[in-house]
Amino acid sequence: MSGTTATFPSDPLRDADDDDQRRGIISVAGYVPYRRLDRSAIHATFGSGGGRGTRSVAGYDEDTTTMGVEAARLALRSAAGVSASQVLFATASPAYLDKTNATTIHAALRLDEDVPALDFGGALRSGVGALRTALQGNDTALVVASDTRTGLPTSSDEANGGDGAAAVLVGGPTSGPLIAECLAAASATEEFIERWRAPGSTRSKQWEERFGETKYVPLGTRAFKAALGQAGIEAAAVDVLAVCGMHARAAKALAAKLGATNAAAADDLSATVGNTGTAHAALVLARALESAQPGQVIALVVLADGVEVLLFRTTDAVATYRPARAVADQIAGGAAIAYGKFLSWKGAVTVEPPRRPEPDRISASVAGRTEDWKYGFVGSKDRSTGALHLPPARVSRDGGALDEMDAAPMADVEGTIQIITIDRIAYSPSPPITFAIVDFDGGGRLPVEMTDCDGDALRIGDRVEMTFRKLFTADDIHNYFWKARPVPSEG
Amino acid sequence: MASNGIRDKVAIVGMGCTPFGEHWDKGPDDLVIESTTEALAAAGISKADVDAFWLGTAMGASSGLTLSRPLQLVGKPVTHVINHCATGSESIRNASYAVASGAFDVAMAVGVEKVKDSGYQGLVGAGRPPHDGTGRTLTAAAMFAMCAPAYGKKYGVADEQMREVLARIAWKNHYNGARNTRAQFRREVSMETICGAPLMAGGLGVYDCSGVADGSAAAIIVRAEDAHNYTDKPIYIKALALVAGNCSGNADPDYDYTNFPEIVMAGADAYAQAGVSDPRSQLAMAEVHDCFTPAELLIYEDLGFAERGAAWKEVLDGTFDLLGDLPVNPDGGLKSFGHPVGASGVRMAFEAYLQLRGEAPPERTIAHADRGLALTHNLGGYPGEMVSFVGIYGNELG
Repeated sequence: MSGTTATFPSDPLRDADDDDQRRGIISVAGYVPYRRLDRSAIHATFGSGGGRGTRSVAGYDEDTTTMGVEAARLALRSAAGVSASQVLFATASPAYLDKTNATTIHAALRLDEDVPALDFGGALRSGVGALRTALQGNDTALVVASDTRTGLPTSSDEANGGDGAAAVLVGGPTSGPLIAECLAAASATEEFIERWRAPGSTRSKQWEERFGETKYVPLGTRAFKAALGQAGIEAAAVDVLAVCGMHARAAKALAAKLGATNAAAADDLSATVGNTGTAHAALVLARALESAQPGQVIALVVLADGVEVLLFRTTDAVATYRPARAVADQIAGGAAIAYGKFLSWKGAVTVEPPRRPEPDRISASVAGRTEDWKYGFVGSKDRSTGALHLPPARVSRDGGALDEMDAAPMADVEGTIQIITIDRIAYSPSPPITFAIVDFDGGGRLPVEMTDCDGDALRIGDRVEMTFRKLFTADDIHNYFWKARPVPSEG
Repeated sequence: MASNGIRDKVAIVGMGCTPFGEHWDKGPDDLVIESTTEALAAAGISKADVDAFWLGTAMGASSGLTLSRPLQLVGKPVTHVINHCATGSESIRNASYAVASGAFDVAMAVGVEKVKDSGYQGLVGAGRPPHDGTGRTLTAAAMFAMCAPAYGKKYGVADEQMREVLARIAWKNHYNGARNTRAQFRREVSMETICGAPLMAGGLGVYDCSGVADGSAAAIIVRAEDAHNYTDKPIYIKALALVAGNCSGNADPDYDYTNFPEIVMAGADAYAQAGVSDPRSQLAMAEVHDCFTPAELLIYEDLGFAERGAAWKEVLDGTFDLLGDLPVNPDGGLKSFGHPVGASGVRMAFEAYLQLRGEAPPERTIAHADRGLALTHNLGGYPGEMVSFVGIYGNELG
């Protein structure tokens, strides 16, 4: 199979066992941040805007990169024994320009040096574009799509947007068992000005709605037809239809015209999460696969400056596939955020900071030396005594042996809170900060900052897990490190 | 113990101490000029008689020039020392060793800190070295706040009882500070006010935390056999102990935040140097590092002033009050003086110097000065990772 040319099976029903060219999904995970804004709070404050339901809100310590890390960790955890040979990261809200954001994800996942990490930046279409690229490639590719959606207060974008990420581990049958096989990938592309945003702005703009609708519906109809043709199936064979796009009106109109008369509409997450932009197609796909049955055809139709259509058929493996943390459970597990806090986290208002100096920028060379610790949360373990050192040390505190340590990866190890302290005077982008002394299962202790919780609600003995976060930004350099959060109860 | 000590080899023969407070109208130059002028006068000498200087200051200076320029010292060695909150005590310790070694006849230890020019509340450290951003962002208040619930849990002290114990420590230190003209805060504070203060970190309110002040103090140190050439009432150095911890506490699940091993070790070393076997009955007083009230509580036990798990009761019994069995922080402590980092250790020695010479004012005179020994203590850092200094001073040889 060529690495540059799309090749899909002409006969999707042929025997899977002797076909090396099938491509599809090994695992998929969504990441929905912890906080939810009740849309009615917007109207209550401004007398306009808002709506029904909730939208997801990235923490003040999250950005598209950290949310991408969390989604990617879940996707890899759901595919035991499979390793990614490529990372493709897509977002319309990149933490950095010029500097690659996918390398941060690569570091947090502790992937090997020979695994490329590439950004697909800027456009909403880049999310589904990265997925399509991976499906047509040769690698075991980890596709990560992430977005934070903003808009002026009372705007539709503010209320209906959402923050989140999704990761799809894509490969062939030799990479790992496929839960869904890709049957087709079709495109319809056209240049037209429908939605746009200047770099650095938090406000997207949109042309008059009807114009976009008249563009998207015919484009989508043609792309869908082409995909059905590639797959050799009729529209009536589609079991689950997911039409995604920031242009909700066009998406709705298109869905009604595709002729998928037997298809159930996938949950578009608009009532709970909102539209997560670049991440949304993969997030909706992750949610759809959680409840899919074997042998179902899922159509993913994405409206973004043209239309992308991906057709999947679930395999028998989907029946036993258990995501590490289901999107449905994450949606159910969120907690409310006050609208004022939402506005300050989104940068729409500036609240009084603690009267403490702001942190200085981190050192690139120091961070480079401590990459495994800072990005991978890897400590060291004394080979003879087992004493665990966080951060890693060369000389053991237990016996003093020099350089007799093994690497101790701790990012996926849970722990228990021993002591809690709420600091009301320390600098934080969103004070107060809560720290806990955490003892990790199997050994190791560290005072860690808590997140995704209310400090007053924490108790000694609570179980916590580690999560990759942005501590602060100074001189435009983001300081990424790990925090702890309460282990979510199982949905 | 590992150290031999220099018991009775050197003596302090003169000291000076500025008022501590918000000296908006004085810079560090003014503060060192005041404290050193007072110390030189007390010893009856001039700056030319001093052979070498040790300057303790933690936030801003990086050389001895910070002292030699304002004092216009010509051709003199000035050593800048820094060791977290033990910085001031380090100036005494190193100056004392220099005299004991025979390298110099007369040395001066000076501690100074100008804290209030930063524009921020609390202590703002000097620039940290370049870092990777993974260090804790907690304040010291939040770190020490963890000790209170840990102690309460271990020894069965209920939260409300613990609140009273910590308030009692703050109340005592403010009571003492109200009787000290050099203190930053010179008012008594009621238990109700202390308990009802706004929370800063964990369960600690404003009155559980030391103040923030500028200040300076200085000491003249000579060989013990020369001491009476300068004063009738020399104060002899009995012990100088320092431990820099290995910082294992916050990485070691066995550490429970109810004690400070660095203080235990520094105390044991100091007692061995000074020949003290029962600090509770042999010490006339102690100045300890009450940066936060839970720290003072744990220090009582770490230094053997009370049995493990019993200090909280002794606090309520008044054991450590000005007229108690073992007065602690009779000058008012960090609570009343604030904490100009480089000056604090020397300020503590100044109170020992006053009390052991019988020069404390009547309203602040301790009951057992006749015991003849006073202890000073600093900790610098946090629970689990700190330096600790313990010094013992006496008004008689032997």
